[in-house]
Formats: sequence, structure tokens, C-alpha cells
Amino acid sequence: MALPIRDEFELQTKARTPGAVGLLAYLPYLLAGAFFGVVAIRSEIASWYRIYEMFRFESFHMYGVIGSAVATAALSLWLLRKLGVKAPDGEPLRVRPADPGRYRYLLGGVVFGLGWGLVGACPGPIYALLGSGYAGALVILLGALLGTYVYGLVQRHLPH
Amino acid sequence: MDWLTQPWPWYVAGPLIGLTVPLLLLIGNRRFGISSSLRHVCAALGSRLPFFRYDWRAESWNLAFVLGIVLGGFVAGVLLTNPNPVQLNPQTAGALQQMGVSADSGFLPKELFSWQAVLSPAGFLFLLLGGFLIGFGARWAAGCTSGHSITGLAALQLPSLLATLGFFAGGLVAAHFILPWALGLLR
Repeated sequence: MALPIRDEFELQTKARTPGAVGLLAYLPYLLAGAFFGVVAIRSEIASWYRIYEMFRFESFHMYGVIGSAVATAALSLWLLRKLGVKAPDGEPLRVRPADPGRYRYLLGGVVFGLGWGLVGACPGPIYALLGSGYAGALVILLGALLGTYVYGLVQRHLPH
Repeated sequence: MDWLTQPWPWYVAGPLIGLTVPLLLLIGNRRFGISSSLRHVCAALGSRLPFFRYDWRAESWNLAFVLGIVLGGFVAGVLLTNPNPVQLNPQTAGALQQMGVSADSGFLPKELFSWQAVLSPAGFLFLLLGGFLIGFGARWAAGCTSGHSITGLAALQLPSLLATLGFFAGGLVAAHFILPWALGLLR
């Protein structure tokens, strides 16, 4: 059974035995995440207040953060390409392109934005707030998992 | 060492967040994105829906990454707590007070995030529903603010621009129209 909608991950038809991946291989990702988590809290992008302020256009902070993040990322991508840097496995570095479609991005985006504007946290900050010990973040995470699951349930009935 | 506990300005925080994109590429050619982790958790919990039947183990780097975010949140939020409340624009603070939300209760408003609020039926439902929209919308749009508004925009991918416009449109509607009404119900 194939997915009706093009997907970023390949459908698994047979159970695969996982190769023995050393736990150590996860360490760099764990540290990268910790770095991001610290920045999310210290920059206050994980604060409900900052998100509300942004949507009221009463502070430049969030726009500055997002704008300079995109600029830095774009510049880094350009530089890595220019220098011909390869991934550790020798493959060329590549930002996987998004699947084709219009409606899914606009409509899904609006639904996401509604949640973002209400609880004032997108997925990264949800995890960071969880680490900071906010019980509310656990409820948001639970809701997000439910939402993810229900999307999987009704996916084929939605425009993409 | 004040900088460890004091808020970082946008011109420090933004570039650091942007550097996550090349960092994950250099570590293992991975595309920076956070909401996929929610899908991997559903897959790992053994959902039999086709949408969750893929080799999530091949994507488990993403789970290590979000576990790291939780750790980082602990380090910055618990070990290196900023004792001061978020410094808001007085206009924003005024608008919040009109809606019955304190503008000085720390990192998050107590009216939504205190134990009392979280454990009240209405407060619990508010956060659960908000989270539901985030999870549902992120998968429908195949990404969230990190995957689209940072990574996708930086890679000049048009779908990410559409998604970002959607995020912002939804957020504006929520903050200006739904939130005042919902906060009225919560009080």
C-alpha cells in the first residue's frame, strides 16, 4: 500500500533489523540540540510573551532573530557549497527539497500558526520549555503528538 | 558571567540559531527540522497507519537532537535561570493586563502555565488544543518554523515561503481574534 501523498520518508514494507549503531553516534546530535535549547531559552524565543509581542508588531526582537537566523543559514549554505565541503560519508551536502504542493503548505501552515499564536511555542521551544520544567509544555507536547497522529489518520482526505 | 543568565539580543541569538543548519549538515548531512520528531515518536510507539510505517530508526538522530533541546532547556532554564521577568514593550504589557494576563510573571504567564492553570480543565484543554493544532498543522505543512521558516527559507525553497506565510497568518488570527476570546473563557 503506497501513501497517496508524496512523502519525505520511504514507506517501510518489510521489518528491518536495525544495524548496530553505536550510541556514541548520537552524541553530536544531542549536543547540537542542547546548544539550540540553550539559545531558545536565553533568546526568549520560547517565551509566550515574545510570541504575543511579535504578533502585535510591538517588538523587533523575534523578527531580528528569525531574519538573522535565515541570513546566517543562507550564507553558511552558500559558503559550504562554494568551498565544496562534503558530508562525513563523502556525499555532497544537501538540503532535501520539500515535496511539491501548494495547499498543504498554506493550509497546514495556517493550522500550525493558529496553535503557535495560542500557546506561544513552536516545537523547538516546546522541548526547551519541557527541559525548563514547565508542566504546561508537557500538555502541549501531548496535544502535538495527538495532532500528528490524527493527521496520519485523515491525511488522504486533505488537500495537498 | 552575566551573559549566561541574561537575555541574549537578537543579533547574537539569530545567527546562533542559523548556524544549526550548517552544523547538522556537517555532522551527518541532516536537514534541520524539529516537528518530524513528533512523527518519529508516533512511529516508534508502533502505529500501524501507513503514514507512520517507515524506518523511523533511520531518522532517530532527530530524536537525539530533540532530547538535546530538552537538556539545553534544563541547563538554561533551571541551572542558569534568569531571575528577571521578560522585558516587554509597555504597550504589549498594557494589552495583556486588559485581557487579565500578568505581564511580569516570569518567562511564561502564570494565567496559562502555572500548575493551577495547567491542572484546571479549561487551562488543560487550551494547551492541549493549541498543541494539537501545532502537531496537525506541522505534519500537514510537512514542517514547522525550524524546517520551513529557517532551513527552507535559507535554501530558497518556495514551499517553505508558502508555509511561513501560513504560519504567520494563522498566528495573527490566533493572537488578535481567538486569544482574547479564549482568555475570557479561562478567567
